[in-house]
Amino acid sequence: MTTPQSASIAARLRAATLDALKATGIAFGLFVVMVGLRTDIGPTGALLLRTRWPDVAALCAAVFILRLVLALSVRPQQAAVTPARWAAGLSRAGLLFGPALLALALILPFIPGIGRYELDLGILVLTYVMLGWGLNIVVGLAGLLDLGYVAFYAVGAYSYALLAQYFGLSFWICLPLAGILAAFWGVLLGFPVLRLRGDYLAIVTLAFGEIIRIVLLNWVSLTGGPNGISGIPRPTFFGLPFSMGGGPGTFAGFFGLEPNPSHRVIFLYYLILALALLTNWVAMRIRRQPIGRAWEALREDEVACRALGINITNTKLTAFALGAMFAGFAGAFFATRQAFISPESFTFIESAIILAIVVLGGLGSQIGIAVAAIVMIGGFELFRDLDEYRMLVFGGAMVLIMVLRPRGLVGSRSPSVLLGARRE
Amino acid sequence: MAYALQQLINGISLGMIYGLIAVGYTMVYGIIGMINFAHGDIFMVGAFIALIAILSLMSSDLMGGPAAILLVLAISMAFTALYGWTVERIAYRPLRGSFRLAPLISAIGMSIVLQNFVQVSQGARVKPLEPQLRGGVELMRDGDFVVQLSYMQILIIVSTLAVLAVFTWLVTQTALGRAMRACEQDRRMASLLGINTDRTISLAFVIGAALAAVAGTLYLLRYGIADFFMGFIVGVKAFTAAVLGGIGSLPGAVLGGLLIGLIETFWSAYFSVQYKDVAAFSILALTLVFLPTGLLGRQEIEKV
Repeated sequence: MTTPQSASIAARLRAATLDALKATGIAFGLFVVMVGLRTDIGPTGALLLRTRWPDVAALCAAVFILRLVLALSVRPQQAAVTPARWAAGLSRAGLLFGPALLALALILPFIPGIGRYELDLGILVLTYVMLGWGLNIVVGLAGLLDLGYVAFYAVGAYSYALLAQYFGLSFWICLPLAGILAAFWGVLLGFPVLRLRGDYLAIVTLAFGEIIRIVLLNWVSLTGGPNGISGIPRPTFFGLPFSMGGGPGTFAGFFGLEPNPSHRVIFLYYLILALALLTNWVAMRIRRQPIGRAWEALREDEVACRALGINITNTKLTAFALGAMFAGFAGAFFATRQAFISPESFTFIESAIILAIVVLGGLGSQIGIAVAAIVMIGGFELFRDLDEYRMLVFGGAMVLIMVLRPRGLVGSRSPSVLLGARRE
Repeated sequence: MAYALQQLINGISLGMIYGLIAVGYTMVYGIIGMINFAHGDIFMVGAFIALIAILSLMSSDLMGGPAAILLVLAISMAFTALYGWTVERIAYRPLRGSFRLAPLISAIGMSIVLQNFVQVSQGARVKPLEPQLRGGVELMRDGDFVVQLSYMQILIIVSTLAVLAVFTWLVTQTALGRAMRACEQDRRMASLLGINTDRTISLAFVIGAALAAVAGTLYLLRYGIADFFMGFIVGVKAFTAAVLGGIGSLPGAVLGGLLIGLIETFWSAYFSVQYKDVAAFSILALTLVFLPTGLLGRQEIEKV
């Protein structure tokens, strides 16, 4: 006896199996050469081939099972989860979530069990949060896709390193200088690309980022080329160095504390937290200024924007300059924290990571970017043992999230003001 | 003079390779209006598949002679085309009709995936390959300097011309080419007229990947190295070529490729090798600023 129901289940099973077999066939085609035959450099320097058929079989089996499960679990009738309710719930939770996250960030160094490693990770995450918020001004608010953001980060880092090396300037003088120089470069690079839109802008900014990196790599007499710059001075507590000597002129001596290497780490942590919050504060405030409104208008429709008499040139250039300035601050911080910089740290992949954080955070949502940075950089650390698979997972996640939730994981990018409806 | 002639030959053969990749960029951009950021990595995959094919043939003593090279080309084209198809199916098709930046970002993700997949599966070290084709024709002798057109360069020029001839025939004479041109002009109208646009777009990716595979194979044979990161810089340069020629224009892509190859070669020969990439990237920026439609591109009319 076959009831209509069991018949339909059988039909679905058959269809799913067929679909999975097709996917497996394609997977076999993809993997049979690239995974099945591995090129190794032999003892004589010539290349040798090594076969790895079991790996191919395992991969194909994995694809088959995955595809089968996917085909059987997705019901065609079931509508997608109502995104409107989700978003509303999330934004309500976000009201509490933001302050809670901030409070956690503020007390993090004093939570018991938080050691050197966790603080270093916190500093790293906050650096990316800051870069994400900075890039968000350009991409999220003004809608200009910038793939060379890391160039401004590099300008900031090298500004501090070179000024400290050649002129002996201190970190606190160089920090604003690094920001100003990066902003200057932002305007310089922004100017020729004003007429470009969308994808073209993306590629040109990518090219600029690469040009700056290549120059840093080859101008050996100034930048040390691939060897980078080492011995960059560490930051001082407004003039009081963090030295282990504990004399009256040091941080520990001045405040009568036991000299401890963690003082500097805690100081660096609060420094980057303050810088990140500054970025956030400026971005939030400027969003409500005429220029911020102009950015959002530009993002929504450039032609309409121009028709309304908004100066496109100034609007785009301020977005570039401001975004670049914060990258410059972050770069100076990076240089002082690492005490060593080289062009290696400023490759395209860094730009891609920062952009991924902004996009996954939901293009324009401040809290979303913070969450995305924590998830991505934290996740990156979590998968540290996986080593070379890490970037593979990272790229895969980028594609997957785009396909499943193209508007980002958390926030949305609705304009701050709308005709007829009030937000904020 | 002799030196310049030699550079001209080198530049043309390099430019042909860029042109082959640029055709893939320009074709996809013409049809769906997105930069296929992973195309450079498809080129890299093509080079690796060719490398593995050559090693397999060598281990069974079949390598050598033009038939073997043709076989390597065919293998590389077939498997790389499958990669091109898969990339489109996984990363781009679900995003059709999504907001503007979504496909570009998923393309960047796909590029990272391809690079790291090759790094994981084939190792991170640069793979050296001994020259498979030696010797050449002596064209001119100027004192000690010999201008040589190597057999490898002849192979590059001949096979590129052959592939491009087939490709031109495909686009201008067949039903598939007509469908592709229709999609390029107006995708919605094409689908109303009964053209399977999804299939046409897939085939554009397949053809683009096959051309990139030819480029990858020739690049591998010419320079004798392959590594997982080679697609990035070559990809950006080929994109520059597509933009220089006028994006969306197929003859423009080849012309742009030749120009970029020549500029890069002459720049390295007379100015500085270290800054040759800077030269290519600067051309990209200059073209977009002063000649946004490229050399052979159509003027774009902006609709409000």
